Amino acid sequence: MKACVIRFPASNCDLDTIHALRLFKVKADLVWHRDFKQASYDAIILPGGFSYGDYLRAGAIAAHSPALDGIREAAREGKPVLGICNGFQILVEAGLLPGALVANDSLSFICKWVTLRVNVNRTAFTGRMDEDSLLRMPIAHQEGRYFADKKMLKELYTNDQVVFQYVDEKGNVTPGANPNGSVDNIAGISNLDGNVLGLMPHPERASEKMLSPYDTGDGRLIFKSMIRSVEVANCQE
Amino acid sequence: MLSEDSGEGFPVKKTTYKIEVVIENKPAARDPEGETIRRDLIVRGGYKRVKGVRTGKYIRMEVEAKSAKEAKDAVFKLCNDLRIFNPVVHTCTIRVGGKG
Repeated sequence: MKACVIRFPASNCDLDTIHALRLFKVKADLVWHRDFKQASYDAIILPGGFSYGDYLRAGAIAAHSPALDGIREAAREGKPVLGICNGFQILVEAGLLPGALVANDSLSFICKWVTLRVNVNRTAFTGRMDEDSLLRMPIAHQEGRYFADKKMLKELYTNDQVVFQYVDEKGNVTPGANPNGSVDNIAGISNLDGNVLGLMPHPERASEKMLSPYDTGDGRLIFKSMIRSVEVANCQE
Repeated sequence: MLSEDSGEGFPVKKTTYKIEVVIENKPAARDPEGETIRRDLIVRGGYKRVKGVRTGKYIRMEVEAKSAKEAKDAVFKLCNDLRIFNPVVHTCTIRVGGKG
């Protein structure tokens, strides 16, 4: 399989993401957003950072990059598309994922480790996880408060699109476990088919024990799940 | 400023209009910045009669058009086409701010 990490102006987690993919011997290219050709890749990752300086809104300008045409096409073809942090913001702004990401409740940039609960394991990025299992990963953002109105929220739950929630040590959704004021502690969502997923936490920063204060490597499960979903899709062809 | 042919053989005069765009969070999405300004600055400073504060983003565009309406309509269209605001979470108010 061949994966691609798309670099926008002021992406800054692109190399970390490439590094994480190579831990699993995945062939991964770092591609400038204007040069992106989706046909060359089995999986696409939009990395974290501050594309276009977060001007207007985080992700709003990158969402108009020509790369998004290819990403939409790839998503339609069922290829896995992952948006991490700013990548999540871009996917939301481009309308590939529902809802919005607005300024944190605290109005501050937050950088800390959080605990996530996996609600859904039928997505391309959670297939190697058990539902209700807990993952530790760091967040680092200022505009990560997920918002959807009540009607949209109901649809997200009905369609199993609320993939990750911020939880306490016991796996409970509590106000104390919510770092940024996201509605229902939502940390990550998918599209209807489960092949497009966005999350605010950084799996690429949580894929090696050495980088984790908890001696964990939970971010690996996201990349391993993605690899398996590509392998399964390629076998079926 | 003279530009473009009217199609009737004589040029049409165009003016630059200042069009103001104000983007706010919808009430359901809250506005922690506005809430903090009100609670910790305005009310704490003794101005208790201020019952609500909302912050937002202000964008002023200078648009060449034949009339204020045409300029406003152009900005309305571009705000929707380019998602200058996110309809999931924002309200967008467009008004004419005068000639440039």
